[in-house]
Amino acid sequence: MLVLPMTGFGMAAETTPHSATENARDARDALWSGLMAASQDGDKRAYDRLLREILPQIRAVCRARLRQPADVDDAVQDTLLSLHALRHTYDPTRPFRPWLNAIAERRAIDRLRKHGRTTGRESNIDDLPDGAGATQAVGTSRLEAEELRRAVAQLPESQRQALLLAKLQERPLKEASEISGMSVGALKIATHRAVAALRAKLGGNR
Amino acid sequence: MRTRMNDEDLIARLTERAKPVRRLAPPWQGALLWLGLAAALMAAAVAISGFRQDLEMRLGLMHEQVNIACALATGILAAFAAFNVARPDGDTRWLYAPLLPALGWVAGMSLGCVRDIWLGGFAGLGLGTSFGCTRFILGFGIPMTLSMLWMVRHGALMRPVEVSAMAGLAAAAIASVGLTLLHHLDAAAMVLIWHGSSVLLVTWVARAWGRQALQAMGPKLEQVG
Repeated sequence: MLVLPMTGFGMAAETTPHSATENARDARDALWSGLMAASQDGDKRAYDRLLREILPQIRAVCRARLRQPADVDDAVQDTLLSLHALRHTYDPTRPFRPWLNAIAERRAIDRLRKHGRTTGRESNIDDLPDGAGATQAVGTSRLEAEELRRAVAQLPESQRQALLLAKLQERPLKEASEISGMSVGALKIATHRAVAALRAKLGGNR
Repeated sequence: MRTRMNDEDLIARLTERAKPVRRLAPPWQGALLWLGLAAALMAAAVAISGFRQDLEMRLGLMHEQVNIACALATGILAAFAAFNVARPDGDTRWLYAPLLPALGWVAGMSLGCVRDIWLGGFAGLGLGTSFGCTRFILGFGIPMTLSMLWMVRHGALMRPVEVSAMAGLAAAAIASVGLTLLHHLDAAAMVLIWHGSSVLLVTWVARAWGRQALQAMGPKLEQVG
């Protein structure tokens, strides 16, 4: 059973000159107050109507505090949940909107704080250049390079020099032979052994 | 993490669970009930250890009167503040209410210190340690704080930090009054230091951990939805 409170709207209208908007707002407040009082008594229809009617008001309060539409949506639902949990704290002799607005503002501020805590730790992935998230690949290649450097350092001097001249600097065998003082045949053998040693150390599939 | 459903579904679910609720008593009723419990606890402490023997003489002293009256007023106003700001539409100006008697208490005790120095020099301050005061105010203050937080646990969804700080201040100030009735601590400086720091400690502990305590006792949104 819905009981509308008789205080507030009628008395205020008699004593102070209200604009049409203010009168409408007072009437709405009185209606919501009555719906909430009925909801506290277990009237589910009144509660359903109240929640649907106050949704734009909650959204307006949240939108005033939050910029992201997703945050507004979350704050609106947080407010509905809080309102449900706190519905026994509403005193029907008091205006409804300050009670509702206080809950909505608190939930919007909470959402703002939560947003502030996560901002700075998060970036929009669409704003990042391609491959920016490939940290694992970069890390892996760094490790592999370090492994390779260590394996090369462990080769005998002749093999290391042959590898450097023939493979890394891609010099012709004749030139490499002149620089190293090794014969072309010895250079070929040293290069071959160096590659075989590295393959054995680092795994043949690389 | 809660997955967001659409507003229609949420409203339908809340409506479905809208059982009748008992309206919360007005804040002044809650505050009076808690103050009654606190007074009963202090009376029990006095009954066990007895009034200090020179209580009648002490109550005639100006700084002792200021001590008791201001600490009592601080405790009472902080209790009213906690019960008021725990409600969604509670007036947050209540948070300033205990400040005036608290400042009066500090001023009164400081004047007492000046008087003690005037009469007996710096030796008249009677400085020393009184860990018993801290133990008493913490020992009674923390459980009394928790009892108030239990009564205003719905405030977890609104202003947990402010509510907790006021609960701690109320409990510690009332415990300080109780202690004055049964413990020999004559020098104003000692009261200022040991009672003052203990009250601040309980308030700080409540402010720091009250949110967790309230959230453990208070309504859980995930369960509601």
